[in-house]
Parts: sequence; C-alpha cells; structure tokens
Amino acid sequence: MDVNQYLEIFLDETKEHLQNLNTQILELESDPEGEDTVNEIFRAAHSLKGMAGTMGYKRMQNLTHDMENVFSEVRNGNIKVQPKLIDVLFQCLDALEEYTDNIQNNADEGTNDNEALIKQLNDILNGEKGASSPKEEAAPAPASSEPVGGEKWNDITLDESQISVIREAQNQGKKVYGLNVVVQENCILKAARAFLVFKAVEEMAEIIVSMPSAQDVEDEKFDRDFTLILLSDAEIDRIITAAESVSEIEKAFGAPILLEDNESYRKIEASEKAEAEEKEKEKELPAETAAAAEAHAEPAAAPAQTAPAKQDVKKASKPVVNRTVRVDIEKLDSLMNLVSELIIAKNSLVSVSSQEQTNTNSAFNEQIEYLEQVTTNLHESVMKVRMVPIESVVNKFPRMIRDLSKKLDKKLELYMTGEETELDRTVVDEIGDPLMHLLRNSADHGIESAELRAERGKPSVGSIFLDAYQDGNNVVIEVRDDGNGIDTDAVRDKAIERGSITPEQAANMTEKEIINLLFLPSFSTAKKVTDVSGRGVGLDVVRSKIESLSGEVEVKSKLGEGSTWTIRLPLTLAIIQALMVVVGDEKYAISLGSIQTLEDIQPTDVKLVQNKEVIHLRGQVIPLIRLNEVLDVESKKAADENLIVVIVKKGDKMAGLVIDELIGQQEIVIKSLGKYIKQCKFISGATILGDGEIALILDANALI
Amino acid sequence: MEVSKSTAQELLVEEGKAAAEASIQFIVIRLGEEQYGIDIRNIDNIVKMQSITRIPKMPDFLKGVINMRGEVIPVISIRRKMDLEDDVITKLTRIIVVKLEQEGNVGFLVDEVKEVVALSANEIEKITYNAKEEKSSLINAVGKHNGELISLFDLNTISLEGN
Repeated sequence: MDVNQYLEIFLDETKEHLQNLNTQILELESDPEGEDTVNEIFRAAHSLKGMAGTMGYKRMQNLTHDMENVFSEVRNGNIKVQPKLIDVLFQCLDALEEYTDNIQNNADEGTNDNEALIKQLNDILNGEKGASSPKEEAAPAPASSEPVGGEKWNDITLDESQISVIREAQNQGKKVYGLNVVVQENCILKAARAFLVFKAVEEMAEIIVSMPSAQDVEDEKFDRDFTLILLSDAEIDRIITAAESVSEIEKAFGAPILLEDNESYRKIEASEKAEAEEKEKEKELPAETAAAAEAHAEPAAAPAQTAPAKQDVKKASKPVVNRTVRVDIEKLDSLMNLVSELIIAKNSLVSVSSQEQTNTNSAFNEQIEYLEQVTTNLHESVMKVRMVPIESVVNKFPRMIRDLSKKLDKKLELYMTGEETELDRTVVDEIGDPLMHLLRNSADHGIESAELRAERGKPSVGSIFLDAYQDGNNVVIEVRDDGNGIDTDAVRDKAIERGSITPEQAANMTEKEIINLLFLPSFSTAKKVTDVSGRGVGLDVVRSKIESLSGEVEVKSKLGEGSTWTIRLPLTLAIIQALMVVVGDEKYAISLGSIQTLEDIQPTDVKLVQNKEVIHLRGQVIPLIRLNEVLDVESKKAADENLIVVIVKKGDKMAGLVIDELIGQQEIVIKSLGKYIKQCKFISGATILGDGEIALILDANALI
Repeated sequence: MEVSKSTAQELLVEEGKAAAEASIQFIVIRLGEEQYGIDIRNIDNIVKMQSITRIPKMPDFLKGVINMRGEVIPVISIRRKMDLEDDVITKLTRIIVVKLEQEGNVGFLVDEVKEVVALSANEIEKITYNAKEEKSSLINAVGKHNGELISLFDLNTISLEGN
C-alpha cells in the first residue's frame, strides 16, 4: 500500500477541516469566550496536523503545529482572543488553502514556508505567555486524562512463536508494549485510518501481533478499535502520539507489558502445559495483575466476562450508523445518461404502441404505462441522488464578507437562510462564482459608506442577505442589501457616455430597461476601480452563467433603500416534462415549467395594440407571438381557423405562442446542440423523439 | 443505416496494398463533377442520408441536426459553404461525420463517397491563398492521384463565424 491512494481522502478532509476552521474562527471572533468553539478549532487543527504529517507534507504540518500551539494556549486561557490573533489565523488558513491547492494540482505542497506567519504565531505565543514553550503537551494530555480503551492486549492470544519472539526481544533489551487504538465513531474509512496508524507505528516499532489480524483490519473487519503488541526502543508516549496524530483516531492507549516478571513466566508455562493437554496451540497472555492472572486459570470464562461488558457499554452509546457512501460524480453522470437513454427507449416504445393501436392488446398498454411510471420514478430517484445542499458553496461567503468589510472599511453583516436548499450537483458547482459576484457587488456598490448611512438614518452596519428556497420546480436564490440601490440616472448617463445607447433612446427607456443595461458586457458604474468589483466584468458574466444553467436573474431596486437580485434556477437540467407542439411541419418542445395555460382563441378576438397582436384574457392583455413567423415556417392553418395559443410566463411577463397543433405532454431528455451551433437565441436544446428524429426545444423565456 | 467505418475499411483493404507506409489516406468524395479528399484520420463515421431537423435563423449552409446514436450532430452543406448550387438528395448522398478540433463532431453533406486513396507526401501540394479568397480557404492542398487532381479539405476552418 502507498499513501498516494489516500490523497483524495486527504484532500477532501483537509478542505472540510479548513471550511470548519473558517466557520469556527468566524464564530470565535464574535464570541471570543466560546469554549466549545475553541475546542472544536483545536480538534480540527490537530487533525489537520496529523493528516499533513502522515502524508509527508512537512510545511503544512509545521504551520498547523504552530497554529495548534496557539489554540492550545487559547484553550488553557493563557491567551485572550484578539482581532489581531483572528487576522493572523485567517492568513494561516489562506496559506493552508494554498498548500492544499498545490497538492491538488501538483501533488506537492509547494515551497512556501510561510515563515512570516509562523513567526507571527510564535510572537503571539511568546508575547502572551513568556518564553515557556507549550510544545506538544496538548496532544498527549487529553489522551491520558480521558478514560482509556482498556488493556485489551491482555486478551490477545499468542502462539508459541510469538511468545518466543517477545522473549528474545526482551533478552535483547527491547521493550514490549501493548497498544489499543480506538477510531472515531463516525469514521468512514476505518481501514485507511488503521493503515496510517500501522504505518506511523511501524516507523519506530515492530508489530508482533495485531488483533484483529492485519488482514482483517485492512478489510475493515473490526468494530471501533484494534490492539497491537509492539517491540520498540522508543518510549510508549511517542508511539501513542504518532498513532493519535492520524486523523479520526479518537484515542490510543498503551503501556509496557512485563513478560520478564518471574511469576508471569510461570503462569505462561502453566497455561502452556494446560493447553497442551487440551491440544490447544493458542493460549492467553497473562497480565501482571492478580486479577488477570486468575482470569487465566479459566482461560475462556474470564475474558468473556470483561470483554462483553465493555462491548455492551460501547454499543449502548453508539448512535445510528451513518449510512452513506461517497460516489464519484462521474459515476452519477453516467447513471444519469443511462436513465436518459432508457427514457428515450421508453418513448420509442410508446410511439410504436400508439402507431399500432388496432392490434395492440390492453395488457401491452398496461405494461407500457407501468414502464413509464417506473422510468419516471427512476429518473426522480437519480435526480435526488445528484442533489446536494448549496451549503457547500455559500459556506465560504461569511468569511468573504468579513474580509471585504475590512478591505472596504465598511461595517457589513451577512445573513443567510436556506443553506440546506438542494440543487443538482452540477448547478451547485457553477453557482458559486455568480453569487460571489453579486455579494461583492452589494458590498462594494450597494452598501453606502458609514457617513452616508448615518446621514440617511440607517444602522451603521450594512446588512446583506442571502436567501435560498425552493419554489415549485425552481430554486430561488436572492441576494439582498439595504444599501443605496441602483441609481438609474447614473446608469443612464454612463450608458450614454459609453455609447451603449443614444440620448433619444434613453429618454424612452423604462427604469427596468435601464437597470438591464447593467448586464451589458463592460459596464460598471463604480466611479473608481476597486479590487473588489468595478473592473467592468461581473454582471454580464453573472447573467450568462445563470442563463447557461437555464436560469434567469432579475433585479429589483429602490434608490436609497437597497436592491434585490433574484436568481431562479431549474431543479433539473437533463430531463424535463415538455409540451410537444407542431408548427408548420416541424415538431417543437416547450418546457412545461414556463407554460401557464392553453387557450383556444377565435381570430376575431385578436386585437391590435401599437400595431402588435394581442389578446384579452381574464382581464390581462397578452401579446401574441406567431411561432411560424419566428421560426420561418409556413403555417398549415387557414386564417379563419381558431388559434391554438400556449400562454407562457416569465417572471411577471406573459405571452401567447400561436402554434398549429398540439401533440401532448412528454418527458424529454435535453441534448445540447453541440459546440458548433452557438448563437441560437430561442432554441435551448434538442431532444430525440421516440422515432429517432430530433425535435428542438423552444426557450419560451427568450421569446417573451 | 450506417456505412460506418467497416465499409471504409473494406475500401481500404482494396487500396491499402498499394499504399506506401508514409502516406496519408483520404476518403474521396464527389460534389457535382469535382472530386475532393478528406483526411481519413478526421472521420468518425459515414452515414446515409437521413431526416435532418432544420434549425431556424441559421445561415443556409447549416442544414440542421441529425441523431447519430443518441448524439445530436449539426450537418453542414459543403456546397452551400462554397457557394455552389444547393444539394440534390439522391440515393448516393452521404453525411460524413468529422471530428473537428474545436467544435466536436460535425456532419458534412456530400453527393457521393467514392473510394479511399493513399497519397504520399510528394503527391500532395500545399496551396496558399490570399486572404480575400474566403470561400476557397476550405481547401488547403491538392493531391495527385492516377493523373487526376483531388482538392483536399481542411475542414477545421469551417466555422459559423466564417460566413
């Protein structure tokens, strides 16, 4: 085995720990006395150090080691949490993140020693505490003070050859230790942890016996702990420290085994004789205590009494096992593709069966219907598997806002709700950047300077809100601030200045249209370019990103009161329910999500407003879009026939799409038109029909 | 439905014996009366004519998309791209699916697929155009085979922006 195979786990966990540290340190900043927080931080830093050490990343280990020292002093109450300390800690986290990135990209931590940071950490340590070094004392201390896993090595049965190896080693002056290692309850890859423990221990000791056997341990055939008998020159404390430095190891307990005790020798010999008579080759290794010695008089009974008792206690305290598996996203993608293929195949079966209506029997149709049900459920299940909470993305924002707050010298506070809202994994991966842009935008352009806020009678701390929630088949993410709002006059002047619009155009534009100018490429109203935003890239990137995810973004703003950016994303990307329609002799699909109603309209009900066709429907005036004109095909319908109109909605705008014929509702698999076809505005993709032909998917949003 | 690589390979076997080691193989296609060659290494598949789904608001050389084993592939008319008359679909019409470096798989409509030839380096003559002759830039070399001239396509230059 080789540590490289654990690299991925290492990266995953390091990121988790770093995120955890980020969150906890933020918490520490707001509550410097929080004991739980400090403990949690200490634990995460300790795990990080151990993991980095085991993987051989020395620089990372050094940095975390010094961080741990600081935390340890904080925990002991010798250092008070101060803003300066927090700043240094955040810089350390950034440095660790850099190491992690390097490791991920090059499998190497890089050469940056971050000496300045380490020096700062040490200054904090020394400044607060004098010259005394707290090195390492924190690590073994909790281990020895906590209740131990028990001297389980006394239960190990040794065979004669092992006994003789131990005797020989003792004659050479080596020490024999028993070591019991307990992994954490929620540890996912126990075998990997155990391997790392083995590896760490083997560096300074020889493992004579392991219980369960090394093979079983490697196959994860152990409950929560395993016991080793070791030969070593080193002190047992060092071995314990090495074992505990492995991540997710709850504790290790070890003590010397005293075989050279004369009494013990006799006991061994006695039990050897007794077991020889029973033709048993195995025997119990006696312990030095009288109780254990007695136990060995009745070899089977005594350990059986103590061991199960211990087991029971452990079982009772054990929470429900976390029944999850980590799956590579690629495997899920291929599963999703297979489901898509299955749905296409199902659709072709449906189309075959409907073509041969005359001679199909009802049993066949029933089965088809059943198949449809199953494939729909299958699709839903796979979709659910792919859903992850947006938490993983939004978690990094509080830290970002904190940094922005310092950098911009504005007091900012981020309030988040709905972090648990779930989205397709691919969407979650992509949504981070646009959200970051919007938040930065709010912090930089939205929230006013402290003086202006005071003047306007607003609280000195600017609030930014990030709310996520599910709304039907969509997920909505809102970024809101109580800042200045969008100054439409400034936007208009800027647009004219830039030549994006002419003054005449500007005069006729509604406020909404002006706000939409913000989404044009290279448009920024910030008067000066700052680090944070205002380089003219941003909002157009935000919009194109969201649109590439089949979503939309909207802004509502009130000057002086703040603005709200609303991102609306579809829950699913690959498979949707659609209405199949015919225009001319071509088939098109319209996503059911955007359809409001279907209407049958008499030609006489179509009115002209500003030379555009509209219909009057339940008190609303809805513009008509004749699809055959948009799509350049000839309608098969005569002018005096009733119109079939599909009413679609985007935000609060509606439109009526005039089609020739309805086919019906169908589950369709969205296929990309490929990289070659780029600039098709109102076609969002294609789908393969049951008969193998391709129908295009109309993007109703682009038509409105 | 698909002529695919196996037919191409049969053709290959016939011609292959004559092919020199260092030579490049080209599929010879016909457009009108002229013969053109496409580097066989770029070709993913050759399929018979099938129904093409038109895409609105696209330049006229972009015929639409076809379904090749579940993949949506755009189909381009080389004739239209070179400002020749529009394609006349016959029994011999084929769609040659080529893997382009940037854009992925793209299908090209041709009147007929004739044979596979192997041309050695000294039978291929590179040609350079001045920038104005936009439509001719599809062809980057001319090959000589059995006394006939074959224009060789450089299909990677086909892109939507070009028109």
